[in-house]
Parts: sequence; structure tokens; C-alpha cells
Amino acid sequence: MSIRKTLVVAGHGMVGHRFVQAAIERGLTERYDIVIAGEESRAAYDRVALTSFFEVGADALSFLPEGVYEDPRVKLLVDTEVTSVDRDAQRVTFSNGETQAYDVLVLATGAAPFVPPVPGKDLENVFVYRTIDDLEAIREASKTAKAGVVIGGGLLGLEAANALHQLEVETHVVELAPRLMAVQIDDAGGATLKRHIEKLGLKVHTGVMTELIDGDDDGKVSALKFKDNDEPLEVEIVVFSAGIRPRDILARESGLDVAERGGILVDPQMRTSDSNIFAIGECAAPEGRMYGLVAPGYQMAEVAVDALLEGPGEFTGADMSTKLKLLGVDVASFGDAFATTEGSLELVFADAVGGVYKKLVVNEDATQLLGGILVGDASAYGILRPMVSSGMALPENPEELILPASRGTAQIGMPDEAVVCSCNNITKGTICGIIDEQGCVDLPCAKACTKAGTVCGSCVPIVKNLLTERMEAAGKTVNKAICEHFSYSRQELFDLVQVHQYKRFDDIIEAHGTGRGCDICKPAIASILASQFNGHVLDKQTTASLQDTNDAYLANLQKNGTYSVVPRIPGGEITPEGLIVIGEVARDFGLYTKITGGQRIDMFGARMEQLPAIWSRLVDAGFESGHAYGKSLRTVKSCVGKTWCRFGVQDSTQLAIDLELRYRGLRSPHKLKGAVSGCARECAEARGKDFGVIATDKGWNLYVAGNGGMVPAHAQLLAGDLDTETLYRYLDRFLMYYIRTADRLQRTSTWLAALDGGMDRLKAIVIDDELGLGEELEAEMSRHVDTYFDEWKATLEDPEKLARFVSFINAPETPDPNISFDTERGQIVPVNHDEPVVLGSTIPVGAPQ
Amino acid sequence: MSVTTTDEFAPVCRLEQLEVERGATALVHGQAVAVFRTYDDTVYALGNYDPFAKASVLARGIVGTRGEIPFVASPMHKQAFDLRTGQCLDDENVSVPSYVVRVVDGVVQVGPRQQV
Repeated sequence: MSIRKTLVVAGHGMVGHRFVQAAIERGLTERYDIVIAGEESRAAYDRVALTSFFEVGADALSFLPEGVYEDPRVKLLVDTEVTSVDRDAQRVTFSNGETQAYDVLVLATGAAPFVPPVPGKDLENVFVYRTIDDLEAIREASKTAKAGVVIGGGLLGLEAANALHQLEVETHVVELAPRLMAVQIDDAGGATLKRHIEKLGLKVHTGVMTELIDGDDDGKVSALKFKDNDEPLEVEIVVFSAGIRPRDILARESGLDVAERGGILVDPQMRTSDSNIFAIGECAAPEGRMYGLVAPGYQMAEVAVDALLEGPGEFTGADMSTKLKLLGVDVASFGDAFATTEGSLELVFADAVGGVYKKLVVNEDATQLLGGILVGDASAYGILRPMVSSGMALPENPEELILPASRGTAQIGMPDEAVVCSCNNITKGTICGIIDEQGCVDLPCAKACTKAGTVCGSCVPIVKNLLTERMEAAGKTVNKAICEHFSYSRQELFDLVQVHQYKRFDDIIEAHGTGRGCDICKPAIASILASQFNGHVLDKQTTASLQDTNDAYLANLQKNGTYSVVPRIPGGEITPEGLIVIGEVARDFGLYTKITGGQRIDMFGARMEQLPAIWSRLVDAGFESGHAYGKSLRTVKSCVGKTWCRFGVQDSTQLAIDLELRYRGLRSPHKLKGAVSGCARECAEARGKDFGVIATDKGWNLYVAGNGGMVPAHAQLLAGDLDTETLYRYLDRFLMYYIRTADRLQRTSTWLAALDGGMDRLKAIVIDDELGLGEELEAEMSRHVDTYFDEWKATLEDPEKLARFVSFINAPETPDPNISFDTERGQIVPVNHDEPVVLGSTIPVGAPQ
Repeated sequence: MSVTTTDEFAPVCRLEQLEVERGATALVHGQAVAVFRTYDDTVYALGNYDPFAKASVLARGIVGTRGEIPFVASPMHKQAFDLRTGQCLDDENVSVPSYVVRVVDGVVQVGPRQQV
């Protein structure tokens, strides 16, 4: 119908990327081809988390590790800047001299660090703090530097100071204002923050003005001199972080309207004075105001996409509240933090010893909260900020909200309209509705149903409190017990078993439970015992009576009571001889065969008493149990990788085989699947798996906690460009930590969603080893690997275990008459009978032995 | 022995052939019967046919207790059946046959269907 149009995005930072993502998701690419030009050598990355670059590397920060969008209608040019705009011809020129016509142009050029005109600012080792390249340069300089200084004690300056501090350079912070973070917090808050930072060994100089930067004979920084102060700082590195300026030069040169104080003027739909040109993010100035935070930039990106889809969305300003951890110190500022409202009052709690400062700003009659500041302990932020935005009435003694022994936040009667999760705009009423009407009983469910608490997580404590409050009101307690027999969660049971070294269910239920167990606790304990001791699942002394139906017969129970059989085919690689053996077995036993989604061959319709005979053929041919029946590792799928594929960059088949053999038989709270793709084309669909590995030209990117199933989830990047050894280490830790701490039947994706701190927490545990568990988890995994044996081979060698595989205990060879088949498409299909089938009464019955 | 009538007790196996808290299937009077041995060595027998799943599978379920009631959970969709009576604990309108069982000289014998 219509001709495709072209949309050019100038700038590939966080906001530019968000725009493209939203454009893809909302179908804008159905109409537009998108060309994005980013001047950095890499695709957009998480600039907010820049300081973690030293720990996690560039790829972990990247929003687009593969450097391409999945949508082929989007083309990303890196190392390419838009240098001019010809509005009449609707054409931009790139830094490489090429031009590109556009129908719509989106300016997302962001902001540039402001470097004041201090003499010496052009010396070597003077930096700004904005890009990964900046950080790499700072790291290089830190190798020979003893001391460094950050000019600017605002939010970003303290981040930069943290970076220098991490590089083990003696770090100074210089701030012109009389306190740190002058924009967000007051004098007392600034003083508290300063004490915290100085305790870490950083030196803070407030209320001082830099006069010049001194250089040595090689043109490198040697000292910083202050005005009115004769004591210079001897430093070899200077980092400027004295604010940002919108990058509006393209707009200025092409004659678009700009704001008085910089920034491209836009209407509420982010249109500039040229209706074919939009501006979003820090380069834009809605109503003349620039927003130096990413969240408003994201809002603008969404609004612009909406406008291009002829939607009604408008940008109406943004909540400038902030909560963050600076050098390990909680800092939050929200609402009217400086009590600028006429007649407003301040309530302050300060604990100099504990390093805590909290301030509430309330209206004249102390009935409404207007804003506040929290330093050292920002746990109340989650409840306070929604109180400001909802305008709800304050409790009688509002100071209790900030006192250390403050009462539980749930008792405070927030109105239903109060926004609890401001990231997703979820009200208290919505959350309570989910709890009351849909029977949500735990946090993961409430999070999944409402999305509350899934972005920044600051409202999670309130959601938890609401949950407890509603449950208690309904006369229920929030119960972690897995069933009536144990008042423990799976994680607690796991720990009990480990501490006491239990090996038998009987000992566990006698010591810690009641009754004789059930279909919930028995398989859970079987799994816990298997994870810790790895005995045979049919061992009568330990776990045989606990196994759920599939584990109990080492095969998958299907609808007419027959089983399906899946031999392991590691990585999906199989020889023609292997294929023939499977084919012959299936033919000889009359089984239905199907290739599964996990690159295995499934044979259906085996009667229980046939299983040993089938497996004896398979084991003889070198096959082993595929564990398709267990809550355990199923498959590690692969593509053919660089061996055969003309695009592959690593040997994905070999890695998939190795990983599958490493983790085969590993019992876990839910089934586990993995995949390895040999390049970014992702033919193995690794990001739909509990662990997915995607090859890069430098190593392996490791994604975790994805799954298909009822609620599909994309796996998220845990670490990038790993060598094979590190990949194994991280995977060992990840899998064992999941096995230890997940709930019964909790998949990795929901487990991660419920983990306090989410992906950052997981990275801290797996990569930084913050819990000091790394070696222990790895040792547990190597014990699993060392003690692995094939369950079917062991079963065939043990008459006691084989005794279970009979149709009737008194007529072992007589097939159950209830099982029969029809044929469909040339193979068998099960038939269900509406009544039990009775054999003729003359069928001989064997006498008891 | 080749023929049993429905009033007789049919010997099916020795007690020690039954795993504790696990079922086994026996062929009694031409029917598939699920025989269970609980922790205290009591033996129960139910029809093996799961009326929900329409398949002969109950013997393969997990045995446990609900409160004081010994039960088996169907391996198909986990409906629970009282081992003593065959009554489904999750749906009062559904039950499976239960049989009188006795152990004589270590031999498990399944007798006539119980009248509940």
C-alpha cells in the first residue's frame, strides 16, 4: 500500500537505543527503515552503571552485545556521527562523508560533560567521565598514578571518585559548593555523606575553587591549585565532572529552535520546530527544561514512538526523585527536598554516630508529605515517595516514618490510588486486587501479576507488607511450608539435610516433620538428597519410594499409562549407526517415534515391563539415560558452529556436548535446559534456556534464567567474552546456587525474579563471590560430576531394581489389558478406555513365590 | 490354580515383595488391582484404573498421609485416593473400588470388593 519511509536516529546512547527498541516492539518498523548513527565504537550500553565497567567489562554493560538488532529493518552504524542536517533536502551527512535521506529524523545526541575553562585543562591525564573509552583511558593512566582528583561533587562526580578509588588511586573530590550533591541534598545530608565517604579513605574538599592544573615537563598533570589556598594537591589524574551540557549543535546549525539555557525546544510529543525532526533525551528541552536523568529520556523515547504511530502520548515532566548507592552509601532525594513550598516544615532525624540523616518536608499543618532526603539509610524511600506522589494524608505522628524503630509501613493506611511502583505506575489498589481476588500468596506471584517491583525494586518491601497485611486480614499466614508435613521451605529443607547429612526420608520426617509425607514433599526431598548425595534414584534404602512417577520408572509416563523413552544424545550429535539402533529398537518394540524440540528422539508407547528390554538394547549400543523424565538437566542444544557453518565463530557442538556431559543427571528444583549457539545468529535459541551460551569472536557470552513454557522469559547476560574455563566456573556456581536456594518447581527465571537484588545480586554472587560460596558451589558440582553414573545401566545390573518393572506382580509377563493402540499417520496412538478392562476369567494367574 | 471366583481371596505375592510406601499391580479376577504396603506394614488394595485419566496407573503413585488418612496420589494428575476406601479426597463424587486384603503366613491375599 504505502511506500516504506526512512527514519534516521542521530545518537546511539541509552535513549537512542530505547527509542529503537520501542519502535521495533510497537511496530514502527512496519512502516520505517531505521538507520541509527552512533559515534562511539560500540553499540549503546548502560551508562548509568558505568562505574561497574572495571568489574564486569564492556560486554556486560552492552544493551546490544551482538551489535545488531534482531529486526532486519534496523541498521546500526557505529563510529559514525551525524555532522550536518539539510532540512530542506531532508538529508543528513555522516562523519565518513556519506549522506542519508530521511523522512523523519530523531535527535538523540545526549549531553556532553562540561569542562570549565580552567588553565591546564588540556594537559595529558585530564579526563571527563562519560564513556567506556573515558574509563579505559582513566584506567590506563591510573597504572602510573599515585593520586587523582575529581572536580565536581555531584552524583556523577561521586561515581567518578568511586571509579578512581576502585583503581586504588588516592582519591580527592573537589566541590565548589559548600556540600556534596548540592542539587539533591541539603547541608546536613551532605555532611553525613561526606563523613561516610571519608571513612572509606577518600578526601573531600568542599567550598573550594580550582584555579589551575599544573603540568610537568612532559605535559602531564602534576598538581591542582586552588584559589585562596596555598596548599596544592599533588595529583597525576584529573577527572572533570562538573555538570553536563546538552549537545544541541546540530539543531543550532540547522536553525531549529533551542532553549535559552541550551537544549532543543520540543513540544509535548517531542517534535522540534521542524515537524519532521524529533529530539529526545538530554539534548532535548521540553518547555525549555533539560532533564539529566535517564528515566525522563526513556519516557521521551516512548512518547516520540507513540507520536510517530499517531498516538496521543505526551511528555508532561518527570519525577526527579533519586535513590542510589554511592560508594556503598544509600542516598535518596525526592519531592520538595529543599522545603521551597511556602509554610512547609522540616522533620529531621540525624544520627551522627550511625551516619544516618533523614529529613521529611511536610506542609504547614503536617498533614501531607512534600518531599525528603535520606542519607545512610534509604529503606523508607519505598513508602515515602509514593506518599508524596499520591498526596495521601500523613499519619498522626509523621516522625515515626523516619525513626529507626519505625513501625511497619503496612499499617499506614495508604489510599488505593497511591502509586506503589512508580516505575510501572502500579497502585496499591491494583496490588490488593490481585492478592484478594486472584489469590496471590507470595511475592513472586504478586510481582508477576502486576509487574510491581520488577524494575528498580525499591517498592518490593511495600508489596511484601501489603501481601502480609492482606493475608493476615483474611486469616491466613504467609506460609513458606512446602506441604502439611513440613513447615519448612525447600531451601530450609535443603539446609537441614546438608547440616544433618541425612540420607533417608524417614530420618528427616521423624526429626522435622509430621505424618508420612505426600506427593509434594517426597519428590522434593528426593531431589534434595539427589543433589547432595547423587545415589541411585531407585535405591530402596534411600529414595526409591519418594520418586514421582517418571523418576520411579526412569521414563516418561504418557496418557494411556505407557512410557516414552529418550536416550541421551549430547549436543544433538549422533552417528548414523546410533540413528539406526534407535530406529531398530523403535521398530522391534512397535513404538511411535518423534524428534523432540530439544534435538532428541523420543520413542512412545512402551509398556512398563518392556522398559528393561528396550534399555538393554540401547545401553549395549552405547546410549545412556537422557533424564527426560527427571527434574534434572534435560538437553544442551546446539547449532553446528564453526565446524560446518560459514558464519560460526566457535565450536558450539563440542561445548554443548561437554556441558551436557558435565551436568547430566543433575537433579534440580525444576527441569533444566541449556543451549550453545556458535554465533550471534542464535540458531540454537540459547536465550530461551535456563543457561544459554552464545559464541563471540573473543569467547562465550553466558546468559541465564531463560525458559520457554507457560511464561516464556529471555535469558539475561550474566557475563561476556568468557574463556571456557571461566564459563564452567560461573555455570557451576549459578546452577548450584539455584539448586540450593530455589523453591520447589521454581524455574530459574522466576527464581531470579524473586531473588532480592535480581541480576545484580546474582552477578555479585557468581562473579564477585560476595557470599564467599564460590569454591563450595564449584566443589559440590565437581562431586556431582565425579559421582555420575548411568541410572539405566545400573538398573539393568540390579535384579532388585528390575523387580519393579513388571506388568503384574503375580503375572509378570501378562500385558495390562487396559493398554491398547490405534494407528494414525502410520504409527501407533494410545487408546483410553472409559471403563477398566477385564481379562477373561480363565487367564492363568501365577502362584506367589 | 487357574481360576478364582470373585468371592475368594487370591494370593498375589509375599509381603516382602512389596516395597514399603509403594504400590504394585496384581491381576486379580482378570482385573488390575493396585496393592500398597504402608509404613506400618498394612496392605491395601484399590482398583488400578484412574477414573480421571482413564488409564490403569494408580499403583504407580506416591503413597503418603493426609492428616490421618493414608492415601495414594495418582501419578497422572495427582488426585488423592483414600487407601482404605478408594474415596477420592479431592472430589467427593469420585471413588475407585477397594478390596478386602489379608496377609496369611506372609502371603498377601486380595479378597472381594469392599462395600463402603
